[in-house]
Amino acid sequence: MYGNDFAPPEDAPGGGLLGEVEAAEAALREAAARARRGGPAPDEDVEAYFADVIDADQKIEPRDWMPEAYRRTLIRQIAQHAHSEIIGMQPEGNWISRAPSLKRKAILLAKVQDEAGHGLYLYAAAETLGISRDELVDLLLDGRQKYSSIFNYPTLTWADVGVIGWLVDGAAIVNQVPLCRCSYGPYARAMIRVCKEESFHQRQGYEILHTLAHGTEAQKAMAQDAVDRWWYPSLAMFGPPDGDSTHSAQSMAWKIKRFSNDELRQRFVDMCVGQAEVLGLTLPDPDLRWNDERQAYDYTQPDYDELMRVIKGNGPCNRERMAHRRKAHADGAWVREAAAAYAAKRSDRKEPVAA
Amino acid sequence: MSRFDFTLAIGDDALIAAQRLGEWTSRAPEMEEDIALANIALDQLGAARLLLTYAGELEGAGRDEDDLAYLRDDREFRNCLLVELPNGDFGVTMAKLFFLAAYQVPLYTALAGCADERLAAVGAKARKESAYHLDHAALWVKRLGDGTEESHRRMQDAVDEVWPYVHELFNPDPTAPVDPSTLRAGFDATVSAVLDEATLTRPETGWTPGGGRDGLHTEHLSYLLAEMQVLHRAHPGASW
Repeated sequence: MYGNDFAPPEDAPGGGLLGEVEAAEAALREAAARARRGGPAPDEDVEAYFADVIDADQKIEPRDWMPEAYRRTLIRQIAQHAHSEIIGMQPEGNWISRAPSLKRKAILLAKVQDEAGHGLYLYAAAETLGISRDELVDLLLDGRQKYSSIFNYPTLTWADVGVIGWLVDGAAIVNQVPLCRCSYGPYARAMIRVCKEESFHQRQGYEILHTLAHGTEAQKAMAQDAVDRWWYPSLAMFGPPDGDSTHSAQSMAWKIKRFSNDELRQRFVDMCVGQAEVLGLTLPDPDLRWNDERQAYDYTQPDYDELMRVIKGNGPCNRERMAHRRKAHADGAWVREAAAAYAAKRSDRKEPVAA
Repeated sequence: MSRFDFTLAIGDDALIAAQRLGEWTSRAPEMEEDIALANIALDQLGAARLLLTYAGELEGAGRDEDDLAYLRDDREFRNCLLVELPNGDFGVTMAKLFFLAAYQVPLYTALAGCADERLAAVGAKARKESAYHLDHAALWVKRLGDGTEESHRRMQDAVDEVWPYVHELFNPDPTAPVDPSTLRAGFDATVSAVLDEATLTRPETGWTPGGGRDGLHTEHLSYLLAEMQVLHRAHPGASW
């Protein structure tokens, strides 16, 4: 009994995005069915072959030749994504012990468990690029690789758990749905799986907020306060504005990214406005209004100086999140050593039998 | 023990065990273990919800699972002391989980064959989950017991520390749907086999604390409940 046995409100988010994930999955099957050439001819230029595969919207697989910069970009991006899943367990994990009903506790436990699972898929996808999970974990713990800035904000009330589902997971899905069509096969396949579960999480978060916003005065105020605190950090999740984004152009040429930061941010804002109305909550932006000419909402940009401060390590919870992760790793060292020693003894014992 | 008291007691065991296991989230020694501990916590919570819901129906006073979980004080909880003990290090957590699962597997198996249909259904579902918990904990007891010198020392310390609390689980009660004393032999056989393989020594039985089934707990439970119940109690009557 996972407790997620509620009927979704009819206007709950996730429907359209989930459709896009399914379309990407179908496209992946079609690309595989088109059976790209097995590899470059003996005298063919590998770079030209790589470019052909990308142009034909087919997938680069682990054994294929790829430009070193493509490999490095993917390792950085997939690892950062994996680290975000693992660090992202902390802000929500903060409320497992205090969840206000047993059903909500069960849903939250299942969600945090899913996040650890996403971390594992993503580390496995990164490992296909020739780096080990242990190396990646060390890069995180040493502060040489980042995780999403959003997890450096504190979860101060129960409503934050709902907002993380609705806005943070919502922003993550808008970012990740196009990655289901990414040119690197293992990443695209991982994203399809991740997005399906994330859209479920987003719906659960929305449902928490819906209940709060239609509950007591105190509950509604709690929900509004959480939306007020998380709106701009969620918008900042799409990264710096296009003019300042260092990796964008190359990533788009390689079909790792499919849309610019600002395009995705706009899509997210447009999606949230109607959902906030249904919730009966307001988004904390007095200049948010429909622009008939652009057929999109005008909105106030997040504070990118704050984003840079958080990315550089000076957000509200950066130090705690890293200290928590390092402590778990250090406290568990004797357990991992014991498991390795035990496994070594077992394989020693088995050898004579096998011989 | 009446059916209500019995159902409440084993439901409380599962609920408090889930609460302690949930504290491990994002703190486990490896990522796979984070998933496993959350998974086991979720199973325990699922069993707790079924049992508390049924206990509320048996009582007939209109209390649901949340009323029973969030609006009772520590003197009204009926869980065994074992599950409320702090998590300690990973060895202590595995010792607690191992002993709990070695008790819950025969308990739920017996329950699956009992005359009460609802309890039988819970037993049939939960025994499969408990078998997984037992397997998982037993494997860790073996890995830690027969791993490194340090892990052996820590695992033996954990077993010694937790052992006194297992006896309460088997206090005889012929009036209960399953008499706990009938579960002891199965528990002892499981525990001895695993401890032997783990190169660990089964502690002598000396001090045998108890009282959980009568609402006489350790000092730990009230803190656990304060945290678990704080939000629910702050908003009386609210829906979540």
